[in-house]
Amino acid sequence: MSSQDIPEENLPAEQDAHGAVSVADDKDPFADPGLPPHEHRIQDIDERAAKRSERTVAMLFTVSMLATVGFIASYVGIPHDKAIYVFPIGHINALNFALGLTLGLALFSIGAGAVHWARTLMSDEEIADERHPIEAPPEVKAKVMADFKQGAKESALGRRKLIRNTMFGALALFPLSGVMLLRDLGPLPGTKLRHTLWSKGKLLVNMNTNEPLRPADVAVGSLTFAKPEGLEEHDENFQTEIAKAALMIVRLQPANIKDKRELEWSHEGIVAYSKICTHVGCPISLYEQQTHHVLCPCHQSTFDLSDGARVIFGPAGHALPQLRIGVNDEGYLEALGDFEEPVGPAFWERG
Amino acid sequence: MSTNTSTEARRGKAPAGERVADWADGRLGIYSLAKTNMRKIFPDHWSFMLGEVCMYSFIILILTGVYLTLFFHPSMNEVEYHGSYIPLQGQMMSEAFNSTLHISFDVRGGLLIRQIHHWAALIFLAGMFVHMMRVFFTGAFRKPREVNWLFGFLLLVLGMFTGFTGYSLPDDLLSGTGVRFMEGAILSVPIVGTYLSMFLFGGEFPGGDFVARFYSVHILLLPGIMLGLMVGHLILVFYHKHTQFAGPGKTNNNVVGMPLLPVYMAKAGGFFFLVFGVITAIAAIASINPIWSMGPYRPDQVSTGAQPDWYMGFSEGLIRTMPGWEINLWGHTLVLGVFIPLVIFPLVLVAIAVYPFIESWVTGDKREHHILDRPRNAPTRTAFGAAWISWYFVLMIGGGNDLWATHFHLSINAITWFVRVGFFVVPVLVFIATKRICLGLQRRDRDKVLHGRESGIIKRLPHGEFIEVHEPLSQDALHTLTAHEQYKPVEIGPTVDENGVERKVKGTEKLRAKLSEAYYGEESQIPKPTVEEYKEITSGHGHH
Amino acid sequence: MKKLSARRRHPLAAVVVLLLALAATGGLYAAFAPASKAQADETSQSLAIDEGKKLYSVGCATCHGTGGQGTSDGPSLVGVGSAAVDFQVGTGRMPAQQPGAQIPRKKVIYSQAEIDQLAAYIASLGAGPTVPTKAQYGPDGADIAKGGELFRTNCAQCHNFTGKGGALTHGKFAPSLEGVDPKHIYEAMQTGPQNMPSFPDTTLSEQNKKDIIAYLNAVNGDDTESPGGLELGGLGPVSEGLFAWIFGLGALIAVAVWVAARTAKAKKS
Repeated sequence: MSSQDIPEENLPAEQDAHGAVSVADDKDPFADPGLPPHEHRIQDIDERAAKRSERTVAMLFTVSMLATVGFIASYVGIPHDKAIYVFPIGHINALNFALGLTLGLALFSIGAGAVHWARTLMSDEEIADERHPIEAPPEVKAKVMADFKQGAKESALGRRKLIRNTMFGALALFPLSGVMLLRDLGPLPGTKLRHTLWSKGKLLVNMNTNEPLRPADVAVGSLTFAKPEGLEEHDENFQTEIAKAALMIVRLQPANIKDKRELEWSHEGIVAYSKICTHVGCPISLYEQQTHHVLCPCHQSTFDLSDGARVIFGPAGHALPQLRIGVNDEGYLEALGDFEEPVGPAFWERG
Repeated sequence: MSTNTSTEARRGKAPAGERVADWADGRLGIYSLAKTNMRKIFPDHWSFMLGEVCMYSFIILILTGVYLTLFFHPSMNEVEYHGSYIPLQGQMMSEAFNSTLHISFDVRGGLLIRQIHHWAALIFLAGMFVHMMRVFFTGAFRKPREVNWLFGFLLLVLGMFTGFTGYSLPDDLLSGTGVRFMEGAILSVPIVGTYLSMFLFGGEFPGGDFVARFYSVHILLLPGIMLGLMVGHLILVFYHKHTQFAGPGKTNNNVVGMPLLPVYMAKAGGFFFLVFGVITAIAAIASINPIWSMGPYRPDQVSTGAQPDWYMGFSEGLIRTMPGWEINLWGHTLVLGVFIPLVIFPLVLVAIAVYPFIESWVTGDKREHHILDRPRNAPTRTAFGAAWISWYFVLMIGGGNDLWATHFHLSINAITWFVRVGFFVVPVLVFIATKRICLGLQRRDRDKVLHGRESGIIKRLPHGEFIEVHEPLSQDALHTLTAHEQYKPVEIGPTVDENGVERKVKGTEKLRAKLSEAYYGEESQIPKPTVEEYKEITSGHGHH
Repeated sequence: MKKLSARRRHPLAAVVVLLLALAATGGLYAAFAPASKAQADETSQSLAIDEGKKLYSVGCATCHGTGGQGTSDGPSLVGVGSAAVDFQVGTGRMPAQQPGAQIPRKKVIYSQAEIDQLAAYIASLGAGPTVPTKAQYGPDGADIAKGGELFRTNCAQCHNFTGKGGALTHGKFAPSLEGVDPKHIYEAMQTGPQNMPSFPDTTLSEQNKKDIIAYLNAVNGDDTESPGGLELGGLGPVSEGLFAWIFGLGALIAVAVWVAARTAKAKKS
């Protein structure tokens, strides 16, 4: 069925403009009876009802004025840190509550007044407006096409191809300058994502106490977070460095460690894994000490810390990187190098 | 000149308002504009006001947003907090977070404006979603309104990203986690991912740039585009004149309703204040995004239950339920587990956006449509829309799987698996069920037209049989129930012409015929009653 | 009130009521949780151990073995210390009602004196963390802000920003910390009950624990202020989104219906 042979029963012809109340004729019981006659509201025939409506509208506008006064009074009168208890909301800030309610009421009353006015006092007679096709009539179209042809011809764009081609070339090229200007938005990736602050000999510093950790500090079933020694919260690049260097330390019974390399890189069952999820980089640390599973709170990737932090559920694509650790001469836990693979989310060059 | 003096003489008598209008008309031609628009007719229906909810929320967002910029510092410099919120005193945080705390605790009314801004954003997006569904299910997107449909769609998408960038500005622990997710998603893009990430963040995540960059995007770039689109959207609404539901006196070439001046001036103007009032009251009563309890962002900290605002919920569902596929080949990594959701995310939205064009191709209908469909009378479209919504909501469930798990004592793994399966199965089931329901409703309409309304009066016939009396419908109702048109399926036509030469049938033509059959075949619509059927029944024994 | 009853009939109201009810459950628990009592008399230590042993053989031995050595139904209690007993029994988790993904908090069935006796007995089986004193978990000398930072580093990943709880794998969960006795929070950090890892003093110093408890009291206590209004469960954008849809858009649609509706006609035939 193409556009020509669409059943035309609903197209204009038979449905004349409004008002032509066709008799419920025998020919077509489904015919459009036309707009129903207008019925009056109480307000249209009873002046007292109209007065009532008027008073309601005026009252709403007055309420709005009073609410605005209330707003100003609250702003001036209520200390900004005063807390009140409002049932059932709870302990809340008095100023926020008062300002919000008065402003809300002031605005709502204006709206309610205007709408009530429109609904009860303005004419509610339905009016029909005619529509006209959006499409231009054929003669208009013909005129436009002719004008365009004339204009195109006068510009000689079609004839003088050299002008046309060079113009397109110039227009196509100049935005490249804009693209070039974006180059300095940031540095090239280089190998930045492959390195962290960890290196051979760096002590594992407890995030909570800011003290270097000894093996005896880490109990089986406990969870400790560590950062590389020398990284302090006030450092300028703390955020960017901790985003890669954050470490999660747990201790397992060496017999429970299933992965050979994990055992090798651990110290007396203490294993250190990157805290940054390999999915999209949330700090993953929901450690279930009985199952040795660690869950990411953002997207629920689950890793088995007793088996090389292998992914056992969820959207992460590879295991958490492990940091090789040992003990230095003074008995403190230290890193034996940087992570061997990039921490955090995977990327194209990761390999 | 004589004409000049005569007009001046007249102006001397005209009231001040008219003189101002004359002045403006001489320069702007406002009288011609007003001639066509001042008494413009708008039909009354609550669902036609959903778009206004969006427009007014947007205006509220601009007003409150401007206020917030007066106090907000889009900077990531780390400072120590010394404001009045005790549980954060002495903590290191970015200036962005610090200034947001300042707005919330030390600027009188600042918290209210922040909360209005955020609530209005959630309602803006929810309003756009519902408005779009209204347009979809009533077929208001058909010619001549396809372009306006696209404008609206773009507003929704831009609204989502404006919302996301705004949500990230306070640099709190929750939004920072969201930004981290975005960085991870960008890294997953093959070949250019790392470059894009470095350029966006000015180096490694989080760096010191993204708040300032998101700020200009959030307050200038995206709202600017949206404002333009919204004006265009409105101009087109005025130009096309509003659609209306079928009914007595309502035809495809008229529009029945109330004039802009005064009724809609008062109703629509009043509605702005109503929307503003309701959102303000909500901001007074309910807390939103209490960044002080989330704390400042640190890339090594996180909280459980980390979700984006609702409109990004479906993308969160995609990312949470995707299996962790990753391919390593020739020294490169293809992060399918993140990249596939990143690709499906726009596709979910595009699926609904392109639907009008698919439908118009299937029907081949080139006429203008100003009378809205009742959803039941377009079963395939309605079923598609319902299936799409169910798809969207399955993903939203996936996005909140941890909260479903804790609040309904379910296993998070089981919910994830439900979403993985439901992603494929639920829309299909919903499609089938919706179509059946639509056909059932069509049958009911048909019965109503032919046999009248069930009156509830039971009558006993002389021979003992009980019947319910059916009242015939008024002509208004008969017309309303039969005003819709029904398409016939497209036929491919003879493949052999009169000379016996075989015509090649193109693949697209076959596909279109198949789709058309699925849309309008016997299985997909109940023929509406004809005048002959009606007469036969009404002239005969009446009711049965 | 009228507004409330109108909302009550909203089809989605059930969801909200459910969310609110869940939040309220925590509050009710707080009301029923026993207040901590003074320590058992020091002089009767050996007597307490004997009494504890009796209680143990009646209530615990079935699962944990007659000498606390553990069976297939319950772990060994040798060396878990009195803190673990005080936590498990004092929060009603023990004795367990039924096996499941996790043993939930429930009504406490032993008195504090009996719990102390049980704790004394278990402590006598092997050295372990002891029940903390009020000075250890009390608010004196605590740094609330530092506690907040520590909480976000060590606890929030499972228990949410302000301790509302969260989901773990396969139906396990981190419980809400609302209304939990500071002593029990301290003990939980010390002993790592069920799947929670422990945070011994070497990992999280005594002062750190005190700070965390003070922070929790400040942000999730009975008098905690929620300046913006309804807290919506403190769950973040999910409950906010639900609220925006139901009450925000819901209210606006109700208003729109009123704006667009026809005014009643004078006569209805």
